[in-house]
Amino acid sequence: MPTYKLFVNGEHVSVDAPADMPLLWVLRDLLGITGPKYGCGIGACRACTSHLNGKEIQPCVVPIADCANKHITTIEGLADGETLHPVQQAWLEEDVPQCGFCQPGQIMATAALLKTNKNPSDADIDAIANVCRCGTYCRIRKAIKKAAQA
Amino acid sequence: MSTGTSAVGRRRFITFLVAAPTLTIAARLGIDVTADAPAMAAGRPTTTSSEPTTEADLGTTYVLRVTSDNRIIFESPKADVGQGISTALAMLIAEDLDARLTDVHSELADADNLPGQSVGGSRSIRDAYDPVREMAAQARARLVTAAARRWGVAADTLTTRDTAVHAPDGRSETYGALAADAASVTSPDVATTPKPISEHTIIGTPASQQEGRAIVTGAMRFSLDVAVDGALPTVVARPPTIYGTVESVDASDTEAMSGVVAVTTIPTGVAVTARTFHEAQRGREALRVTWGPGPVDDVSDSTVNERLAQAIPPFADPPLLSDHVDGRFEFAFVNHAPMETNAATADVRPNSAVVWSSTKVPNGTRRQVAEAIGLPEDAVTVHVTRGGGSFGRRLSSEAQIEAALVSQALGRPVKVMWTRDDDTQHGRMRPASMHRMRITYLAGEMVSFENLSSAVQLDFGLSPVIIGIDPGALGYPSIGSAFFALTQHTPYALGTETKELNEVPFEFPTATWRSVYSGHNRAAEELMMDRLASKLGKDPLGLRIALANDQPAKALLRRLRSESAWGTALPAGWAQGIGYHEEYDGRAGCVVTIDATDPAAPRVTSALVAADMGIPVNPMGLEAQFMGSVMDGIASILRAGNHIDSGSVRESSFADFLWPRQRHAPTNFRLVLMPTTGTSIAGAGEIAIPAAAAAVASAYGRATGTQPWRFPLNF
Ligand code: FES
Ligand code: FES
Repeated sequence: MPTYKLFVNGEHVSVDAPADMPLLWVLRDLLGITGPKYGCGIGACRACTSHLNGKEIQPCVVPIADCANKHITTIEGLADGETLHPVQQAWLEEDVPQCGFCQPGQIMATAALLKTNKNPSDADIDAIANVCRCGTYCRIRKAIKKAAQA
Repeated sequence: MSTGTSAVGRRRFITFLVAAPTLTIAARLGIDVTADAPAMAAGRPTTTSSEPTTEADLGTTYVLRVTSDNRIIFESPKADVGQGISTALAMLIAEDLDARLTDVHSELADADNLPGQSVGGSRSIRDAYDPVREMAAQARARLVTAAARRWGVAADTLTTRDTAVHAPDGRSETYGALAADAASVTSPDVATTPKPISEHTIIGTPASQQEGRAIVTGAMRFSLDVAVDGALPTVVARPPTIYGTVESVDASDTEAMSGVVAVTTIPTGVAVTARTFHEAQRGREALRVTWGPGPVDDVSDSTVNERLAQAIPPFADPPLLSDHVDGRFEFAFVNHAPMETNAATADVRPNSAVVWSSTKVPNGTRRQVAEAIGLPEDAVTVHVTRGGGSFGRRLSSEAQIEAALVSQALGRPVKVMWTRDDDTQHGRMRPASMHRMRITYLAGEMVSFENLSSAVQLDFGLSPVIIGIDPGALGYPSIGSAFFALTQHTPYALGTETKELNEVPFEFPTATWRSVYSGHNRAAEELMMDRLASKLGKDPLGLRIALANDQPAKALLRRLRSESAWGTALPAGWAQGIGYHEEYDGRAGCVVTIDATDPAAPRVTSALVAADMGIPVNPMGLEAQFMGSVMDGIASILRAGNHIDSGSVRESSFADFLWPRQRHAPTNFRLVLMPTTGTSIAGAGEIAIPAAAAAVASAYGRATGTQPWRFPLNF
């Protein structure tokens, strides 16, 4: 079984895993990083959304082999210590979460979007395909706009 | 020692001081504290509908503890799966304890011995409102008394605020510093009655969810996030058809795979336990299982619809010269699909077992797990974790039972996760239903309303909503038909009402879906109001106001009319739609605007909910519940449903089970709360769903010039 070196939330880690193991299970089952959630395993719900070298990915469909020596950021690594990322802060201010299960993915998708699009339009926000079964979409929209202003 | 009993409406409770080193007060609801217990168990009418007796009558315990570090710990028997119960309960406590809300911490209690420890029927806050506030008032009185004795002053000169007692001379002491003394105050020197509403500063003021920070930082632990040493990932291979059986298993390839630890046959399938969920899933794919048939292998949608149609009797002969409007409505099965799939961790030892999972029925789960593994109930501990949604899903305990069985077989802890396809194809669903309705009128007067419905049999399982219902004694053929009759209340004066639900006994995995029958049946009734209005050439909202049963209903509908600018001209293909509903001691109406220029891809662009909640506890939480309810309405009316093909659910994931995304959500949502009546308190979790579902269907019909009748529409 190959060994992979990764930088997860700023730390060097190395894991033994088959090359085709999705990053989601490396994070959750081998590294104990449980912020990224399993909702479908096929890239459809986006509950697992995290960043690979700063770009949005769905770790449930990205094999570990594609992550070797790269930077991975999960929801746990988004804040700067005790200081929340502006997206997290906006989420709190708008009281977005209900059950909260989809929210790590929603927040990571938004954080990635705002890196390349400082002022997303309603149409840009509509393009975010993360599922929220609890139906928090209206507050998500408000929080994205608030975070964009921050 | 008892500190007092009270009766609030029909719910009675007792609060008592618990012997402990630090101030601890408990409240218990239940028939065991009432004199007229047998009468209560039979069910009593409440204000707007006749709801069955539930958990309140069978016992629930709340415990409040003040710790020396000035924290107020509340052991909540009410599982939080996103409804915001924990925050609302903390608000009740902070209000009557005069504590800072941030000092009150709700913890989910383990399974207890009382059947009432359950969440369902939108009852949690209604049941907790009085006892929890009284507990807090009892605790406050003891803290004040302890301070008075310590300082040698009269208790009635002291005040409380910000989790501390204050004396007129400026001295103050935190509750934490007084908690040990207060624990021995048996008879407080000040009143123990909760505040009047006019003095509320926390109840009724928007508060954000207490768990917010843990959620947005990824620290919140859901069922499978709990770190249990050595608990191995496990998935279960399930039959190709619903409730199929395992006939034989060849696991040789699986057992040879790297990472696979064990293969275990259990009643529901074949479990593969591995180092990771990835390896468990790969192992599952390599199994060769011969499956036996299930009970509905020869059943498809067409079979279901045929049987549902057959189960509906004909309408009565209409009176001479009368006119009538008819409707027929069909709703497909719809999966609960909580974002977190069915999941549990279990550690079963020879004489004991521990389960970690989200469940809305902790002691029902405990009982079922104990039965499955052959241990006495008190040898099983169920730690309730936060759940990633429920909508009725977490009223059954399949994953917990499976985890316990596999752990017992392997002699080590395991965590069972249902994959999304497991949960879509073998998880629970709202039963498919059919509704035939007729409103008969004569010379402008409403003569009768017939609602003859049928549905696939609903498995109520451990749901608390049916506790106390004896269908036989009430004269109904099934629990479902009795529950339907007790809960389905039409808020309009339509003359003589005939309403019945005929259940068709197919063995599908069903469960109560948020709002149970109201989400489809009441939505269909609302669509009948639209049809009636159209036949009579009247405005649908105006007709509802005219026919509404009482003044509060008319007031809410009028408010909805003014707040929504009802009747504003809209572009072609656009329309407003309306729905109204009464249940759970409250009222909710909804107006949505839809853009159906492309009828195959309609979008609800804005939604307004007006609600009469009696005493709103947390307006922020209410808004969240109603926003979610609107999305449930959009989903179940426009997009999300399940097909049955020869005993299998066709959909398998969020790729084909079309739950709405951001691009299907309104960009504008608004909640209007009717003025506080100060007399009752309403349940928020389900009340807006029938109104929202109706409003979406109504808007679609008006925008497209059609009469929608089969849901979801684009399916
Ligand atoms: S779990 Fe990764 S997209 Fe659904
Ligand atoms: S908050 Fe529950 S799924 Fe989004």
